[in-house]
Amino acid sequence: MDKPYFELRDLAVGYNGKPLLSHISLSLQRGGIMTLTGPNGSGKSTILKTVTRRLPAISGQILLEGEDLRFADSKAMARKMAVVLTDRIRPELLTAFDVAAAGRYPYTGSFGLLTRRDREIVLDALSQVNAADIADRDFSALSDGQRQRVLLARAIAQEPELIVLDEPTSFLDIRHKIELLEILRSMSKERGVAILMSLHEIDLASKVSDTVVCVSPDGISAFGKPEEVFSDLSVRRLYGLERGSYNASLGSIELAAPLGVPQVFVVGGGGYGIPVYRALQKAGVPFYAGILFENDLDLAVAAPLAASVVKCPAFGDLTEAHISAAKALIDASETVVDSGCPARGTNSAKAELLDYARSRGKRVVPGGASEVPS
Amino acid sequence: MNVNVKLNTARYCAVFISLFALFVLSVIWSINSGSVSIPVGEIWRMIFHKGAIERGELAADASAFNIIWKIRLPRLMLAAVLGGALSLSGFLLQTFFRNPIAGPFVLGISSGAKMFLAVVTIALSAWIPTVPVAVTVAAAFLGSMFTMMFALLFGGRLKNMSMLLVIGIMISYICSAVTDFLINFAKEADIVNLTHWSMGSFSAASWRDVKISALIVLPTFLCVFLLSKPISAYALGEGYALSLGVNVRRFRVLLILLSSVLSACVTAFAGPISFVGIAVPHICRILLKSSKPILMVPASFVCGAVFCVFCDLVARTVFSPTELSVGTVTSAIGAPIVIWLMINLKKP
Repeated sequence: MDKPYFELRDLAVGYNGKPLLSHISLSLQRGGIMTLTGPNGSGKSTILKTVTRRLPAISGQILLEGEDLRFADSKAMARKMAVVLTDRIRPELLTAFDVAAAGRYPYTGSFGLLTRRDREIVLDALSQVNAADIADRDFSALSDGQRQRVLLARAIAQEPELIVLDEPTSFLDIRHKIELLEILRSMSKERGVAILMSLHEIDLASKVSDTVVCVSPDGISAFGKPEEVFSDLSVRRLYGLERGSYNASLGSIELAAPLGVPQVFVVGGGGYGIPVYRALQKAGVPFYAGILFENDLDLAVAAPLAASVVKCPAFGDLTEAHISAAKALIDASETVVDSGCPARGTNSAKAELLDYARSRGKRVVPGGASEVPS
Repeated sequence: MNVNVKLNTARYCAVFISLFALFVLSVIWSINSGSVSIPVGEIWRMIFHKGAIERGELAADASAFNIIWKIRLPRLMLAAVLGGALSLSGFLLQTFFRNPIAGPFVLGISSGAKMFLAVVTIALSAWIPTVPVAVTVAAAFLGSMFTMMFALLFGGRLKNMSMLLVIGIMISYICSAVTDFLINFAKEADIVNLTHWSMGSFSAASWRDVKISALIVLPTFLCVFLLSKPISAYALGEGYALSLGVNVRRFRVLLILLSSVLSACVTAFAGPISFVGIAVPHICRILLKSSKPILMVPASFVCGAVFCVFCDLVARTVFSPTELSVGTVTSAIGAPIVIWLMINLKKP
């Protein structure tokens, strides 16, 4: 392994000389994406502010190519590190092009006049973020998504080796979030730019990052590849999730299961049950679910939302024990919801369960949000 | 894109050419008008053959010659230099505070200068009848710096720009209160100068005033112009400026110093002249359709010069022989412009 491109060594960060977080040691290679994630107020931004020299480090070192940032020449540093901040800037009468062109600052002469090459670089940066068409528009009249892209273009025009982004997805809708992260991904993989950012969304963080860093108020609680760091439990602990849950393999978040004694049993499977589980959760109706194989998509949602789920091992056989467990739960319910999944093959037990429910005088209703019993 | 770059260049050229043309026009008009009417040909002869007339080689009416050379020209030059300084100072303060209505007058800098001047005038009146110009400038300068520092002290702590304006106004009131208090206990004769000064006027300008103020203002203008690159980076906010390699702390100190020097110079020589500092940078932004400092710095300066020369012309001619204070005219013309701009700037 080479010497890391960017390194934090036993860094302590905080305000007014009081450390908020200490003993931060991280390293980042060229072309790597490192994401700081963690609850609000944990100190992600404080770390990034210290890295970008808006706050003095309380102790420890920040090294860029082995050079301590404190002693580095700020002009030379500007050619290596670019930032995208959360500050909402409102410049007057500047076009998107002008804002992006500010990235050329470290390269222009003493009057900041752009050469033809500078212009080309700025235009290229704008087209990389799909903002070439809005180059002439007034920056303050752009939407949040457009602004964020132009600010990223500004950072790209700075031709840095490291881009630091503080919550770059904050004001963006899902499409623009994905677009932005795609751009970062290609910047890192194609141009070898190192990326250090903070993200709220752990699901996105796990998908875009090479390394994730969990920042909790007590310090860095975990550091490594997303699949190593994010387990269902570690995320719950990091964010102090007492209600609700996180699914590491899907990167999805579920709200808390409704409380109470269930009166509803959902016969699901193959993803058919998911809308029913969600609808019941929203209506605040506690429910049972079954019989689900452990590799069934339904289970990822049913497990956190249902009061109890009758599960069967993946690739295993459905036994009498499972069926009688499900029948016991049906006995305890008043209503049985048929999610509509086909009763074929491994799922043939479904027909048996529905027949059983009818024979015991339970109300059997088809699934779908509108027919959900309450 | 390239087409647009050319279009903008055409606009910038047009703005600068018309500003210079307006400047020349207002200068000519200004020399030609006054309570004593002097034929145009005579004026030009006096200006371009000054040496010959002084040596007695050419004949000229001595009183007309004096009016042109000792009254109208220095007054005109002073108005131009100080007008430029005032609007440049306004531009710097608007940049610094990121607030469109920041200006020397709003932030209480003028009243700070007035308070210091009052203290000095009254304190010295026991020993000397007229306060020397150097002392006036120094007092006004110290006063400006004093209020500026106060505004900054609170502004830095509040991190809220609208609160800063409130504080500026409060400081202004405090300074006015102190000044009024002093005036209450001063003898009428001692404060005649002060009262006259606080009206804001370019009258009684001498060539010495012009020289001193030009020596202060022009190098400061040059410094500001050389700072246009960091100013443009600062427009995106401190965080971005820092990441672009601007030494933000030093830059802020420089910005404050330069704008204080400019406003101190103006208040010292001409008294508090309102609205030029706020209105002119806005006019320039609208004209240029840009806020790039490299354009705004020279444009504000020239536009401020034109504005003040014109306002001074109005002040001394409209109700001639009664002369208005230039502050009256700048407010009467400047305030409606600011209101109009504030309403119309919101439109895309």
